[in-house]
Amino acid sequence: MRSTATTITYRDAIRESIREAMLADERVFLMGEDVGAYGGCFGVSRGVFEELGPERIRDTPMSESAFVGAGIGAAMAGARPIVEVMTVNFCLLALDQIMNNAATLSHMSGGQFCVPLVIRMATGAGRQVAAQHSHSLEGWLAHIPGLKLLAPATVQDARYMLAPALADPNPVLIFEHASLYNAEDQIPTTPATLDIGGAALRRTGADLTLIAYGGTVPTALVAAEQLSSEGVEAEVLDLRVLRPLDEHTILESVARTHRAVIVDEAWRSGSLAAEVSARIMEGAFYELDAPVARVGSAEVPIPYAGHLEQAALPQAQDIVAAANEMIGAAGV
Amino acid sequence: MPSLGADMESGTLLEWRVKPGDVVKRGDIVAVVDTSKAEIEVEIFQDGTVEQLLVAEGTRVPVGTVLATLQTTSDESERAQAPSAPPPPTEGPSAERPRVSPVARRAAERLGVDITSLHGSGPNGAITLADVQGTAGSTQAARAVKPDEAPAPSVAADRQAAMRQAIGALMARSKKEIPHYYLQSTIDLSGALEWLGKANETRPMSERLLPAALLLSATAKAAKEAPAMNGFWRSDAFQPAEHVHLGVAVSLRGGGLVAPAIRDADRKSVDELMASLNDLVRRARVGVLRSSEMFDPTITVTNLGDLGAEVVHGVIYPPQVALVGFGAVGERPWAHSGMLGVRPLVTVTLAGDHRVSDGAEGSRVLALGGRYRQRPEEREK
Repeated sequence: MRSTATTITYRDAIRESIREAMLADERVFLMGEDVGAYGGCFGVSRGVFEELGPERIRDTPMSESAFVGAGIGAAMAGARPIVEVMTVNFCLLALDQIMNNAATLSHMSGGQFCVPLVIRMATGAGRQVAAQHSHSLEGWLAHIPGLKLLAPATVQDARYMLAPALADPNPVLIFEHASLYNAEDQIPTTPATLDIGGAALRRTGADLTLIAYGGTVPTALVAAEQLSSEGVEAEVLDLRVLRPLDEHTILESVARTHRAVIVDEAWRSGSLAAEVSARIMEGAFYELDAPVARVGSAEVPIPYAGHLEQAALPQAQDIVAAANEMIGAAGV
Repeated sequence: MPSLGADMESGTLLEWRVKPGDVVKRGDIVAVVDTSKAEIEVEIFQDGTVEQLLVAEGTRVPVGTVLATLQTTSDESERAQAPSAPPPPTEGPSAERPRVSPVARRAAERLGVDITSLHGSGPNGAITLADVQGTAGSTQAARAVKPDEAPAPSVAADRQAAMRQAIGALMARSKKEIPHYYLQSTIDLSGALEWLGKANETRPMSERLLPAALLLSATAKAAKEAPAMNGFWRSDAFQPAEHVHLGVAVSLRGGGLVAPAIRDADRKSVDELMASLNDLVRRARVGVLRSSEMFDPTITVTNLGDLGAEVVHGVIYPPQVALVGFGAVGERPWAHSGMLGVRPLVTVTLAGDHRVSDGAEGSRVLALGGRYRQRPEEREK
């Protein structure tokens, strides 16, 4: 097969990955609120219902606990379900199923059962949908052993992370940052690799490492460009996999740059950023030239008002300020 | 022990000029201190009675050490510290643990660099890897040049080496921290020299004016009108100075230099400046300067004209934010009113601190200075 490139949005990339998976394997089906006739509340599955029918694209009642539980049961029985939960805020209604069943059954059955389930959900703020639809709770779920967490930040990852997630015999959660759905990029039609193994460098630089995931990756890249114009070269590390963390790549980058700023749209207290910071301290303390810094959201429920929402979220200038403060008066 | 320059870390108390019980008033010379550059007469800043001398003659102590205590006249019960207001005395080794980043500490150990000798450039003055590597590089270079055995140096050579090190540290810090920009312009001095010639006609030899006095005067005047050139960069912010204390770089016999100030230079006449300059150069070269002269000039002038250099691009003396340099005054071809003539010219340069000012502002200052230089009579008004 000849490898060519195509320009596509993040939303269409996910749709393509779902179509591809369903066409390739009849055990795969999609289930969730409004995913069928309506085409998904973010339009991800638009048109797939017409193509593949109600057997494979199943609209569910508004009961996250019920349909995530159904997905777990189907997975245990041999299907390969893709369950869409509208936002990470709503997955809290299914947390019992996710944590007490999906994450534990392989362990509790001594390996007799596995749960090859994929749960997709939108995460993050920036769309003025207020405090019950905007939070970034990846860090809570990243606490749970037995789960694998993916955060595609690029169109290419949106297109190609689903297949390896479905191939995984254990539950995989995919977090799609809602501000990324309209992002557009040119990606190869046949990618070189399909890994969901670890982090990826999105930009190289000698002076400090910006560690981000999901929606904060583009923000970190903007900040890195601005820092570059001020003479500071930042490396941008996209975590991609939030559990298990790719500690090796993180520590390697910090060993090169000796400084790290972690950018996380979640609140800092008890966050994934806190975990990454602790790993750096444990594994690269003697490489550090400055204390690790974190840029996160203000510790408030995400506001509805547009200007307040923007003020609460980590912006490129906040990252630039944190980097400059870390580097100090003398520059690099 | 007062800080007699941004590069001074310690000083030797050579001589006490007072003893316990002596009544002193502000401005009196109380001691003579040897920095690595010169012997400096230390003035007192408060009226009072000397109570106790705490440091013996011949002792070398760090800047900030209390030298003596003073009973102030205003309130006999309260003690004031003399001669300046240093931090509270510390017993034994340095009380505050230096902030050193883990990677810097490790690198220093590996390279054999003394952390305490470093100036921290990181956040809150933390010593960073770059600080260590800067030192490490030069130490290694020095090692490569002269291995192991060093001949026992004379006292003069010691002092020479110490001065070189102090100048080196300060200039390296300047070039590391200050984003310098440079401007230069050539000025026709025929008007000024004509005025000078006339002014000198009636004077005895000892009172004659040199062109240097005019250049200093014009610089001081321009600095007064350019607040962004005159002052200090401290605690990450610019502090404009109220007065113009013009630092004059004086090269010393046997090498090295000092840059003591002519205080309130903008308010001095050309005659007064000439007298100040003569006095300052003489005392700098015999090594006796006063502490007030070393207290942070607000802008410095370097004049390499005597030595024949046409242009000097200087290094700013921290914490100042500008340095003005003059090359030799010499006759050179010059276009004027559409004609080519031979005129006395001087090239003046400005090294500015880009954190404080921009080239446009620097250009205005150069032009302003140029106007004063060309027409001293206007300046004299």
